[in-house]
Amino acid sequence: MVDILNNYPILTLVTFLPLAGAIILLFMKDDNAIRWTALCFTVADFVISIPIVCFFDTSTHRMQFPERYPWIPSWNINYAMGVDGISVLFVFLTALLGWICVLASWTAIEKKVKEFMIAILVMQTAMIGVFCALDFFLFYIYWEAMLIPMYLIIGVWGGERRVYAAFKFFLYTLAGSVLLLIGILVLYFAGGKTFDILALMNQRYPFAIQFWVFLAFFIAFAIKVPMFPFHTWLPDAHVEAPTAGSILLAGILLKMGTYGFLRFSLPMLPEASHYFTMPILLLSLISIIYGGYLALAQEDLKKLVAYSSVSHMGFVTLGLFVYNTNGLEGGILQMLNHGITTSALFLCVGVIYERTHTREISAYGGLAKVAPIYTTFLAIFTLSSMAIPGTNSFIGELLILVGAFGYNKIIAALSIIGAGLGAAYLLGMYKRVAIGKVNEHVKEAWDINAREIVAMAALVIFVIWIGLYPKPFLNILHASSEHLLQQLAIR
Amino acid sequence: METIQSIRPLLAVLVSLVTAFLILALDKKPNVRDTVSFVAAIIKFSIVASMAPTILSGGTIELNLFTILPGIEFKFKVDALGMVFATISSFLWVFASVYSVGYMRSAHEKSQTRFFACFATSLSAAVGGAFSANLFTLIIFYEVLSLVTYPLVYHKETEEAWEGSKKYIVYLVGTSKVFLLLGVVLTYYLAGTLDFMPKGLLANVSASPLLLTIVYFSYLMGFAKAGIMPFHAWLPAAMVAPTPVSALLHAVAVVKMGVFCVLRVVLNVFGQDLLGSLDLGIVTAYIASFTIIMASIYALTTDNLKTRLAYSTVSQLSYVVLGVVLLNPVASIGGIVHIASHAFSKITLFFCAGAIYCSAHKTLISELSGIGKKLPWTMTAFFLGSLSMIGVPPAAGFISKWYIAVGSIEAKEIFFLIVVLVSALLNAGYFLPITYKAFFEKENNHSHHPPDKNFQGLDSGHHEDVKEIPMVAIPLFITGIISIIMGMYPDYFVQLAKVALGIPH
Repeated sequence: MVDILNNYPILTLVTFLPLAGAIILLFMKDDNAIRWTALCFTVADFVISIPIVCFFDTSTHRMQFPERYPWIPSWNINYAMGVDGISVLFVFLTALLGWICVLASWTAIEKKVKEFMIAILVMQTAMIGVFCALDFFLFYIYWEAMLIPMYLIIGVWGGERRVYAAFKFFLYTLAGSVLLLIGILVLYFAGGKTFDILALMNQRYPFAIQFWVFLAFFIAFAIKVPMFPFHTWLPDAHVEAPTAGSILLAGILLKMGTYGFLRFSLPMLPEASHYFTMPILLLSLISIIYGGYLALAQEDLKKLVAYSSVSHMGFVTLGLFVYNTNGLEGGILQMLNHGITTSALFLCVGVIYERTHTREISAYGGLAKVAPIYTTFLAIFTLSSMAIPGTNSFIGELLILVGAFGYNKIIAALSIIGAGLGAAYLLGMYKRVAIGKVNEHVKEAWDINAREIVAMAALVIFVIWIGLYPKPFLNILHASSEHLLQQLAIR
Repeated sequence: METIQSIRPLLAVLVSLVTAFLILALDKKPNVRDTVSFVAAIIKFSIVASMAPTILSGGTIELNLFTILPGIEFKFKVDALGMVFATISSFLWVFASVYSVGYMRSAHEKSQTRFFACFATSLSAAVGGAFSANLFTLIIFYEVLSLVTYPLVYHKETEEAWEGSKKYIVYLVGTSKVFLLLGVVLTYYLAGTLDFMPKGLLANVSASPLLLTIVYFSYLMGFAKAGIMPFHAWLPAAMVAPTPVSALLHAVAVVKMGVFCVLRVVLNVFGQDLLGSLDLGIVTAYIASFTIIMASIYALTTDNLKTRLAYSTVSQLSYVVLGVVLLNPVASIGGIVHIASHAFSKITLFFCAGAIYCSAHKTLISELSGIGKKLPWTMTAFFLGSLSMIGVPPAAGFISKWYIAVGSIEAKEIFFLIVVLVSALLNAGYFLPITYKAFFEKENNHSHHPPDKNFQGLDSGHHEDVKEIPMVAIPLFITGIISIIMGMYPDYFVQLAKVALGIPH
C-alpha cells in the first residue's frame, strides 16, 4: 500500500480534486445539485487525505509522497510536491474543514450558490497546495491563488460592511505577499538561483541577508497569523465573512502564517531567528494578553471568537520561538487544535446567526432550554477553547508552556494571564448565550438538524481524541520537529 | 504491598455518570428517576467499599487507561488517602439521595431532573478525583466538578442565584486556570512526570528553593476549593444553592476535593520532608490558623444559618490542612481523619438547615426560637452535629482535633495548640446558642422577618403547621448519630490515615 501511494501522485490528486469539482460546477445550473456535487468532491478529497496520514512514515523527517517534474527549466522552476510531519497534519485539516464548510453553507448561502461553491473549492485547492509545495515559485502561486476567492467570499457573500472588510483584508494580505515575494527573490539569487525549498534550506546566507529577509518574511507571516500589531484586519474580516469564510480564515489561513515561520523563517534563516527571538516572544505575549483583553470587551459573538484567535495564536508563536521540543511540538499541535476548535466555534456562531439574524450576545440567553443539543456542542467547544484538561487545547497549551518555561520563565508566567482571561471571556460568553432567562429573540424552540450535527460531531471527535490520546498526532510531527531543531541549532 | 489491576475504580466513577444519563432520560417519570439515584448510590458505595480491605492492608488498586504524553497518563490508582475521600462521598450520597428527594419535593423546586443529573455527575467527579493517580487526572475531575456544580448553584435562577453562581465559577475556574495551570506546568517542567509518589514527586528534583516555593503557592492558591483565605469567598456565595447541594457538595464533595488536592500536594507532590526543608509547612500552618480563627469570627457575626455553616466549613477545612502541614505523623492523622469527621457532622448540620427551611421556611437563626418542640428530631441531630464540630468527646470531631492538638505539642508548636483550643471555644460560641434557642427559648410570634420570599412551596409561614418530613428527618438523624459513633469507633479512618502516611501499624 505504501509503495502504491509513493508511486501515485496522491498529493496532486488531493490538491486538484476540488479544482476539478469547481470546473464541473461551472456547467451546472440547479442549486441543490451544485451543493451535492460540491459536497461529493470535498468528501472525496477528505477520504483521499486519510491514507496520506495513515501511511505516513513517522520515523523520518524526509518529504514523503514526493512528486517532481520540471516546469520552467530556464528559471529552474519545478513542480515539486511533498509533505513532512508538519505539513501533513494541515493537509488533513484542510480536507476535513472543506466538507464542513460546504455543510455550513448549505442553507446559509442563498444567492449565487454556484459561484460560492466554486470559490470554496478553488480555495481548497490553493490551501492544500500551499502545504504541499516544495518549490518556492509553486508555493507563491498557491499562496496568491487564495487571495481572490477569499476576497470574493467576504466581499460578495459577507455582511453589511463586507466591501470595507474585504478590501482591508485584501490590502493587508497583498502587502504581506509583496514582502514575501521580495524575500523569495532575494533567497533565489543568494541561494544559487534555485526555487527548490529543500535546497534553499541547506544553503548558508550571510547575516545581513538573513536579517532583511527575515524581516520581510516576518511581516508577511505575522499579518497572516495575525500577531499584534498586524491583527486589525482580522475582526473585520471575520465579522463580515459568511460562516464558511470564517471557518477557512480561522481554521486554515491563520495557520499559513505560522506554517511560513516553520517552513521558511526558522530553517532557512536560523541566525536571524535567534536574533529576533526576544521581540517575537514579546509580541506573542502582547497578542496573548491584548487579544484576550479585547475579547473580554466584545458584545458581538463573532468578534469575541475573532479576538480569542489573536490570543490563541499568540500561544502558538510563543511555542514556536522557544526552540525546544516541548514548545515546538506544542506549537504545531496547537495550530491543529486551534483550527479544529475555533472553526467549530464559528460553526456554532453561524448556526445561531442563521436562526436569529443577530450576533449580539445580549440578544441570546437561555439557549440550553430551547436548543439542548446545540448548547451541548457549544459547551464542548467552549471548554476546548478554554483549554480545560481532557480537551485538545490543554495538551497544546501544556506543552507550549513547559517549553516556554525552559526558555524564559517570566514570559511563560505572564502568558498564563492570557489563559485566565480566556476562561473569563469564554465562560462569560457561554453563560450569557446558553443559560439564564430565555430571550425573546430565541423564544421559539429550535435545535440543530442532522446536517449540522454531523459537521459538529466530526470536530468533537478530534477535540476529545487529541485531548485524551494525542500520541498519534505527536508521533507524526515528532521527527520533523526534531529535524527543525537540528537545523536551528547548527551553524 | 500488592498492586492489583482492576476495573473497579473506573466502575465506581461510571456508575453515577451513567445514572446522570438515566435521570435525563427519565425526566417524565419522577418516581422512577429518584429511585434510580438511590439505587445508584448504593451500588457506588458497594463498589468503593469492596476495595477497602485491599487498601487497609496496604495494597493499591490501579487502572491505566491511556498515556497522554510521556510521564502523563489518564490513570486511576486507589490508595488510602483516596479511599478516605471516596468512602465519605459515596457513603453520604446514599443519605443525600434520599434527603434530596424529600427536600426538592416538599420545597417544590423546579428543574429537578437537571438537579439530580448534575448531582450524580458531580459524585462521579469527586470519586474520580479521589482515585486519580496523577495530577493530570486529578485536575480533569477537579474542573469537571467545578463545571457540573455550577448549574446546581444557580438552580433557583433568581438575581441572587446568578450573583452567587458568578462568584462561584469565577473563583473556582479562574484560580485553576491561572495558578493551578502554572503549578502543573512547572511541575511537569521540573520533574517530567505528574504521577503522585509516596514520598513526593518533586522530592528528588533539583530546583531552586524559590522556584519550588512558587510552585507550592501556585497549588495552594490554585486549589481554591480548599477555601484557604483569601480564596474562600466563593463558599458563602454558593449558599444560594438548594440545601442538599450545600450539604453534600459544599460540605463534603466539592470542599473535600479542595483539601484532598492540597493533601495530595503536601504528601505526594512535595512530600513532607521537602516541605520541611523549605520551611513551607510552618508558613502554611500560619495561613491555615488565620483562616480557622477568622472564619469562626465571621461565623459568629452572621444571622443566616446557612452562611454561618459555610463560614464554619471554611474554618474546619483549614483544620485538615493545618494537621497535615504540621509535618508530624500524629497531627497528620488528625488532619486526614478530620476529612471524615467534618463530613458526617457538617452534612448533618446542613441537612438540618434544609429541614428547617422545608418545614418552617426559616433561614435566619434569630427566628429559630422554640422550634425544637416542633422539630425535635431535626434539632437533636443538629445538637449532635454541633457537639462533633466543637470537638466534645466522644464525638467524631473530638478524635481528629485531639490528634491535631497532640501533634502540635509533639511538633513543639504550642501556638497551634492554642489556635485549636480558641477555635473550639468559638465553635461552641456559634453553634450552641442555636440549640439553646431552639429548645429553651419561647417562640416569638412577633417575628420581624417574614418567611423567605424565594420559597416556592406551601404558603404557610406559621409554626402551627410545622412538622417533621420523614424523608428529610430520617437521613439527617442517622448521619447525626454516625457523627457521634464515629468518634467511638474511628479505627477505619485512622487506619487509612496511617497507611496513607506510611506509618507502620
